[in-house]
Amino acid sequence: MQIEDIQNDIIDEFSMFDDWEERYQYMIDLGKTLPLIDAQYKTDDNLIKGCQSKVWVHADLVDKHIVFTADSDAIITKGIIAILIRAFSNQKPQAILDANTDFIDEIGLKDHLSPTRANGLVSMIKQLKMYAIAYQTQLN
Amino acid sequence: MFNVDKIRQDFPILQRQVNGKPLIYLDNAATSQTPQQVIDVIVDYYSHYNSNIHRGVHTLSQEATDKYEAARNTIQKHFNAKHAYEIILTAGTTHGINLIASGFSSLLKKDDEILVSALEHHSNIVPWQMLCEKTGATLKVIPMNMDGELVMSVYDKLLSKNTKLVFVNHISNALGTINPIEEIISKAHEVGAAVLVDGAQACPHLKPDMQALDVDFYVASAHKMCGPTGVGMLYGKEAWLKKLPPYQGGGEMIAEVSFEKTTYADLPHKFEAGTPNICGGIAFGAAVDYMNAIGFEAIAKYEHELLDYATAELLKIEGLKIFGTAKEKTSVISFNLEGIHPYDVGTLLDKMGIAVRTGHHCAQPIMNFFNIPGTVRASFAFYNTKAEVDTLVSGVKKAKMMLS
Repeated sequence: MQIEDIQNDIIDEFSMFDDWEERYQYMIDLGKTLPLIDAQYKTDDNLIKGCQSKVWVHADLVDKHIVFTADSDAIITKGIIAILIRAFSNQKPQAILDANTDFIDEIGLKDHLSPTRANGLVSMIKQLKMYAIAYQTQLN
Repeated sequence: MFNVDKIRQDFPILQRQVNGKPLIYLDNAATSQTPQQVIDVIVDYYSHYNSNIHRGVHTLSQEATDKYEAARNTIQKHFNAKHAYEIILTAGTTHGINLIASGFSSLLKKDDEILVSALEHHSNIVPWQMLCEKTGATLKVIPMNMDGELVMSVYDKLLSKNTKLVFVNHISNALGTINPIEEIISKAHEVGAAVLVDGAQACPHLKPDMQALDVDFYVASAHKMCGPTGVGMLYGKEAWLKKLPPYQGGGEMIAEVSFEKTTYADLPHKFEAGTPNICGGIAFGAAVDYMNAIGFEAIAKYEHELLDYATAELLKIEGLKIFGTAKEKTSVISFNLEGIHPYDVGTLLDKMGIAVRTGHHCAQPIMNFFNIPGTVRASFAFYNTKAEVDTLVSGVKKAKMMLS
């Protein structure tokens, strides 16, 4: 599936919720499905700066596609990173670099996008794109 | 007569909604809200007499100078300093601390010691580390116990003839502990050390008396006590302020300048280089007047009731643990829910219109001591109500349910 199609699926799912409680409950549930990072990669090097909670992200290249795994000590943060990983994992590096992140607005998480927010959503997106740049360079 | 409903009408911000819910503001330890009486003073300044002070012959400048100096007198009386010129108007608590740290860099030498408490805001530890690096002096820490109280028996042992300065907060921002500063000051004086007290968290709740405390330096911020941000005060005993060199060079702080030599201005101008926060200083005075009109005894009594009520109600929630259980504490409750990250709780509370602080509260050493990533901190002011405490408690219960 293309990134854009996955993003549209996520938007559809979130559009079913009437209020913040259902939206956050869904995010919390998504957090529980996050593809967890292997313990050996849970290092300070893989820690994303700028988050009030700890977030670790790791990326592997499998058949020219990037596979992301992650973890966090806060469950809402896990939910946010799970949504990002669902959109960007198992994709080619170039597709990740080309993708926009407007869907974040549309699922009602816009207030998390500001760079000054403590959850570091912006830092997480930047980190996923950095991995894509690194692997794209390797593929070239 | 203390009437919280009437007091709340003074604060326009308390009428607003957040995320569709009435705002419940419980982040008062970070900054307090501003009453209309102080907002009016700010508007009046910019509407009627905005001008630079201390040098103009024109009417506006004289009006502004009079009001600025009147504010200094108000602050002097409030803190019961002996002289108005012992009150230096600063950009805030951090500025005051850095001013003293910088001044001491010319007084300290190798083998001298500075004592700081384990309850410090970590940004307040940095100026002393820098000072020690510069002078070769040593930084020693007064430890705390599991209740978040300073261990005074260790303090006694740490004090020696090498101790030159003791730095301690009056009240801890992270835990709300009220430190025994009277004892800390008198014991430091026995060995000839000076004491600087960070009063940022204390001044919203009590009225410290500089002469009775016999403290050498005391710093505070206006924005924690119903005033604007970017202004604060440093009290220093006259003898100390005369001994310390100026902090910054610039206008206002000089008497005479030639290329050969500059003579510094008298106190307090020696430490007030450049154009100060004139409006902020005047509004600071208005904030002090506002709080005194309500009365600090009434404020302390009411906040204590709120603290006791909130503590009892929150502790009814299973798995909730309060950090900072000192016998003497102010209206700050730092807590965690077992197995739940404070950030998650804070995020959900925000969705319910409840403003709390989450994280390490700039006190990482304290969080490391308790081995936690941070806490949720609810801090109450005299304009909060028991009904707001009830909403907080039900909000925490809801967050717990959603996150478990």
